[in-house]
Amino acid sequence: MAVQTSPRTPTGTRRTSTGSPRTPTGQPWTEKWGGLLFVAPFLVLFGFFLLWPTLSGLWNSFFNKSLAGVGGEFLGLANWREVFHDPAVWSSLKNTLVFTAMSTPPLVLTALVMALLANRTGVFGWFLRFAYFAPFVLPATVVTLIWVWIYQPGFGLVNGLLTSAGFAEIDWLNTENRAMLAVVITTVWWTVGFNFLLYLAALQGIPEHLYEAAAIDGAGDRQQLFRITLPLLSRTTGLIVVLQLVASLKIFDQIYLMTVGGPNFSTRPIIQYIYESGFTSYRIGYASAISYLFFVVIVIVSIAQFKLFSGRKEDLR
Amino acid sequence: MPDHPVSPRPGPTRRRVLAGALGLAGALAVPGCGAASGPARVREWNLFGGGDGARLLQIHQEFVAERKDIAFEAHTLAWGPPFYTKLAMSAAGGRAPEVATLHLSRLRGFSPTTLLDPIPLDRLSAAGISASDFLPQTWERCLIEDKLYAVPLDQHPFVLYYNTDICRRAGLLGPDGRIKTIKGVDALIETMKAVKETTGKFAASVETTNPWRLWWTLYGQLEGRFFDESGTRLALDDAKALEALQLMAKLAADGLVPRSSPYAALVAMFTNGDAGLSFNGEWEVTTYETAKMKFGMAPFPQVYDVPACAGDAHTFVMPHQNGRSAASTQATVEYIAWMLKHSVEWAEGGHIPAYQPVATSAEYLALRPQADYRDAANHVLLDPDAWFSGSGAQLQNEAGAAFSGVFSGQSSPRQALDQFKAAVQKLLDTPSPV
Repeated sequence: MAVQTSPRTPTGTRRTSTGSPRTPTGQPWTEKWGGLLFVAPFLVLFGFFLLWPTLSGLWNSFFNKSLAGVGGEFLGLANWREVFHDPAVWSSLKNTLVFTAMSTPPLVLTALVMALLANRTGVFGWFLRFAYFAPFVLPATVVTLIWVWIYQPGFGLVNGLLTSAGFAEIDWLNTENRAMLAVVITTVWWTVGFNFLLYLAALQGIPEHLYEAAAIDGAGDRQQLFRITLPLLSRTTGLIVVLQLVASLKIFDQIYLMTVGGPNFSTRPIIQYIYESGFTSYRIGYASAISYLFFVVIVIVSIAQFKLFSGRKEDLR
Repeated sequence: MPDHPVSPRPGPTRRRVLAGALGLAGALAVPGCGAASGPARVREWNLFGGGDGARLLQIHQEFVAERKDIAFEAHTLAWGPPFYTKLAMSAAGGRAPEVATLHLSRLRGFSPTTLLDPIPLDRLSAAGISASDFLPQTWERCLIEDKLYAVPLDQHPFVLYYNTDICRRAGLLGPDGRIKTIKGVDALIETMKAVKETTGKFAASVETTNPWRLWWTLYGQLEGRFFDESGTRLALDDAKALEALQLMAKLAADGLVPRSSPYAALVAMFTNGDAGLSFNGEWEVTTYETAKMKFGMAPFPQVYDVPACAGDAHTFVMPHQNGRSAASTQATVEYIAWMLKHSVEWAEGGHIPAYQPVATSAEYLALRPQADYRDAANHVLLDPDAWFSGSGAQLQNEAGAAFSGVFSGQSSPRQALDQFKAAVQKLLDTPSPV
């Protein structure tokens, strides 16, 4: 008790309101506003490059604004009405959500399995760590170039394996219900290494003596996995799921490079449609309105994720 | 010593830093102003990558060596929407480069009156270039409201490539070593069957993921229209459009062309001999020459009523600048004229020179196989004249989405046409952003 009441730090002194030696006016200018000065460069950049464009995007969505510098009349809610009646908006939004739903589970589960394997292997651990993480350092252009050839009918690797095993060829990238799967496979191969690394770091943080104690108590491998490893990884899992959902919702580059959204727009994500409306067709106002719709979707997903995540944390206690 | 006069310290104070920064900014601005009085500056933006890009660089080096009085710099940007986006934004801000390349089919969609500056005809003719140097239909498309907004550099039609070894074995070459003329649907299919038997795989490679150019060629040969007289209402002829689509479907169904082939595969199939013919724009000449293969080129066969082929033209435009100086305009026009007069080097990359004195010169006519398809220039069909059409624009995307299913067998010609018509109608209903 005595330790707690004794004022050890200068902040402690000021927090005890009785008989405070300094009045607010007596505070030096730097102590009152100094902190603000330190964050000022960030605030300026934040305001200029994030806040202002965000607000001007909302503003633009009510105007007939064109990249070509013509038009610009106030439209009221016309752009917004068009968004809700444009089937291309909804189909591309659906594609984005389908991609997210298809890619997130394998990206989390595969990373977990890979981390468990790499963590156990002694001699070849370095090789597994290297091999699992290596694709992640490749640029999107290289990855898509490799995979477009792998998927090619006639001379591609995958179809070569399929035909030599006696199956028929599959036209991965140009069949409407297969193209998205092909993109998901490529994405998992490419980006799973990052989640793998997060899991591996978390695994290495679990104290060895927990397993020793469990082994002495007679717990088998399976029990150790489900009773020790997975529960202790749950915070990491939460983090990975959040990061992965955000990354998957932002899907654009590998789809644009592999299929340009085809065949027949079956893989076009909403970001590509925003890009096409705003830049290929010069309709900045309309593209802004679609962007805001997508913004709302991301906010909803984030809130849902936050609720689930915070609920799970309480269960752990 | 509190009352001793303190001499101003030379250390950095806030005022000094600010004053210094302002001074530095001023110093930086000075050479910028000085440049106006020096050699006239011409900055050029283009969208040529690959073989075309290398060739343009070579021509530019000659220009720089010859015209020391012009401060010239060229920048190559990514082809298609990224290029047009950057060009439109720089012109909307009034700080565009002096000259840029633009596809003629995109001229109207680029909002010429706001984003481009007209090219002074008097200065152009003083530099030795006049309207009579071009094919009339090409020149007229460059005029908007009686002002010249673009100067055509070339024409690039959709043509027929043929592998001479394969075609000789298939008995398709004439005594002069060139492919015999193919006329009519039956002749086309017979020829393609003979090639397929020789290659054992396919007859022709085409880009099935975006067959706009093939369809537009066939539809044009049937004399199909796109717009009605007003130029604003869709007037597609269903029977003709379906006829073209049905032929495309048949070629795929008979295994004469692949069911699925993106652009890269089209090039690869022709290079590795999986296909003895190739339907494509003429710009891959350099690729096949580099691959050291034996090939020839011809205008796209006249399959239907009239000769026609999809195509476009690269042009020079002067994007809008707020303060365009007379000296830089003069230098820009001289650059354009110089490029046209040296366009035989450009033609080595496959493009047909738009400037007729070069297109009829002995030097160009000696180019093989480039000069073998020069007649196609008379039958080039540009994309429909609308804000959403042209190379890399929305109309081609919609056509690719609708028509690729005809090759893969996922949609019937009727379904593909209905989808395409609905998409075009939606574009027409959208208020024009230019």
